[in-house]
Amino acid sequence: SHFQKNVDTTLTDGSSFNASMQTSPASMINQYKFEEDADTKDIFVTVDNPESHVTAIETYITYRVMTKTTRSEFDSSEFEVRRRYQDFLWLKGRLEEAHPTLIVHPLPEKFVVKGMVERFNEDFIETRRRALHRFLNKIAEHPIFSSSEDFKIFLTAASGELTSHKKQGPGFLSRMGDTVKAVAAAVRGVRNRPQEFTEMQEYVEAFSQKIISLDKVTQRIVREQKEYLEELKECGPTYALWSQSEEELAEPLKNVAGCVDRCCKETEEQVKNLSDHLIPVLHEYVLCADTLKAVLRRRDNIQADFEAKTEALATKKANRDTMRDDLDKAEDRLEWANNALKSDWTRWQKVMRTDLRSAFVDTAERNVSYYEKCLAVWESFLHSQRTDAEGNGKVDFS
Amino acid sequence: MADSGSEDIAVIGNTDLTPSESENNVKNAMVEKGTSLLKKMEISVAEAEKRTGKNAVNMQETYTVYLIETRPVDAASEGTNPVPDSLWRRYSEFELLRNYLLVTYPFLVVPPLPEKRAEFVWHKLSADNMDPDFVERRRVGLENFLLRVASHPDLSSDKIFYSFLTEENGWKETVFETGFQAKADSRLKALNATFRVKNPDKRFAEMKHYGDELQSVISQLLRVRARAADRLYGVYKVHGNYGRVFSEWSAIEKEMGDGLQSAGHHMDAYAASVDDILEEEEHYADQLKEYLFYADALRAVCRKHELTQYELEMAAQDLTSKKQQREELATGTIRTFSLKGVTSKLFGQETPEQREAKLKMLETQIEEGEELVKERNAECEEFVKSAWVDIERFKEQKDHDLREALISYAIMQISMCKKGIQVWNNAKECFSKM
Repeated sequence: SHFQKNVDTTLTDGSSFNASMQTSPASMINQYKFEEDADTKDIFVTVDNPESHVTAIETYITYRVMTKTTRSEFDSSEFEVRRRYQDFLWLKGRLEEAHPTLIVHPLPEKFVVKGMVERFNEDFIETRRRALHRFLNKIAEHPIFSSSEDFKIFLTAASGELTSHKKQGPGFLSRMGDTVKAVAAAVRGVRNRPQEFTEMQEYVEAFSQKIISLDKVTQRIVREQKEYLEELKECGPTYALWSQSEEELAEPLKNVAGCVDRCCKETEEQVKNLSDHLIPVLHEYVLCADTLKAVLRRRDNIQADFEAKTEALATKKANRDTMRDDLDKAEDRLEWANNALKSDWTRWQKVMRTDLRSAFVDTAERNVSYYEKCLAVWESFLHSQRTDAEGNGKVDFS
Repeated sequence: MADSGSEDIAVIGNTDLTPSESENNVKNAMVEKGTSLLKKMEISVAEAEKRTGKNAVNMQETYTVYLIETRPVDAASEGTNPVPDSLWRRYSEFELLRNYLLVTYPFLVVPPLPEKRAEFVWHKLSADNMDPDFVERRRVGLENFLLRVASHPDLSSDKIFYSFLTEENGWKETVFETGFQAKADSRLKALNATFRVKNPDKRFAEMKHYGDELQSVISQLLRVRARAADRLYGVYKVHGNYGRVFSEWSAIEKEMGDGLQSAGHHMDAYAASVDDILEEEEHYADQLKEYLFYADALRAVCRKHELTQYELEMAAQDLTSKKQQREELATGTIRTFSLKGVTSKLFGQETPEQREAKLKMLETQIEEGEELVKERNAECEEFVKSAWVDIERFKEQKDHDLREALISYAIMQISMCKKGIQVWNNAKECFSKM
């Protein structure tokens, strides 16, 4: 971790700032220079092994979360715990609360509405497992998040411990207070948003549209391919039926029937690949776009709060000392939030680029492999016909 | 090259045989048959044109004419290229020719014409007879028909066929002068009537059954194929949307822009490639259709044989009954029920003179009847002999042609896969530059 260890970054209450901050906001910019050095990766997390649990009230799935690390703040170098979706949600919430203007990678959605009959369908569980794995790895690779105490507890605590730790979070009332402030800030609106954040917002709007379109296009491709597959499935049997009326032609017809059937299987797999690999990633980035919008809104609120306090100081007469104090804190908060966002934004763009690039490269590779397999099927048919022909001395391919 | 390294896969170097080359293999096989006609002349249907004119009820109509070109074989091989003889014919004239052949050679499996109206279409293909793609495919089908007839050992020497190819004017009159229409009408009446043959020829019955099955299964295959083609079209075309979105997305990105943009172009190319792919598959469908219609021609031969057999049986039956009548009259016993017999019993016997006259008449009829039976028997035997020779010829042709068709189908699939591999490899390269 490239972050100073004595800084408590946990901001549980939006308006206070931990007094152990030794450094000025300006120098904090340096701390947000996120260096991505794969060689120094010192924590590895995997999510696997889903298991179903049945109780009197509910049925749910837990996943095994394994951690291997050389970090000194961990008591041991290997951990194995079981976590359910709720626990991941909790972790995400904590990170968002603590860092309102940092970008937390999205979790897979609670339940999938379309096309899913059963929540505990094998494919659904596997897709979710992969997404949860990606989520934790994004957290582990993030310089700030990976040092979060909540993250550490998530990775290491036994179930009972985690439950009690969860209960210690900021109280309902304090969260209410935050919400009220946020609403008030939103109503007030931000006056002088810096140009770069406006540009960010415009980008996020456009990006959101594009990624939603890509998600839709990909889903449409899957639908069309499934319909193609339905028709193709009838071709093989028709050739086979024909072969029953023929003598000389029986063998090549049966052969063609077999080839068509094999191509059907390959097509089926290709459709599954799109659904299992490309669509979930696109889906995550649709959610990311929403996360980015939320982050920008929160930043705006922090700025609005600062602007309001500036105005209050200028107009009100009473309590000027307290107000000046508040204003200073608000100013610090704003500078902190802006720098955090700017750095995390750069980081996020790199990660997004890597993720989407590899998802599309992967898709292209699978398509190439699909066509290669079908090609081999038909070439083996030609080969069989040629051998036959040369045996009978009939057909001349030249 | 598609070398995935598996031992099961044999990579054939010569999969570059295109479907049209495969079709040429079929044509060459026909020419090689070496009928004397094809040894003399090259036949082709070179062009198609739209014409307008007044029809039989004096109304304006638009129709298509096809240019039949014939060229002496020697001239082509000498290197000189004289202008071919040519004439224009309408589809209806081709139909007339075929009907003439059907009536004149009922024991032959007469090659079919390409379909009158586009059937088994998938959505993109127009069912409109005026559609240029349909006209083009029909032109090819008509040429194929002429070559089939010209390569048939018996049909190729038909005079009406020859003048169809060479005499533009007055050909229709010549055909009608043969009087085949009359034969056609009576035949048609007889064939449409239901009749049952007492001793059906097992071989022909089996052939008819095979014709039924062939027609049924090819129809099913064409239907299924057309639906699959429709769906495949959809899959490819949707990828065009990737092209559009990548292009729009690249506009808001700095580093990713170039990779996205070029990947988008490949997605557009992928979407566009389906048009050629499906057009090629139409050639395959046409090959299947030819045999769909051939199945009909085969069944027609079997039906005509049945009719011939039936007519023989009728003549034989008639002869037997006449012989029986003669016997009764001669011996005075009534074995069979006849109204005359009953009335004569009721109203008294005939005079010896009347009996004599009747007997004489019967004798004549019996003589004629025996001649008829001999004739019909010979006809039947002749029919069976010739038909069976042609059916064997047809079987061989069918097995050869359909095998070629399956091979050309495989070649098409291979070509489609190679295109897919190329496009996605290109796309992959662009994506990795994102």
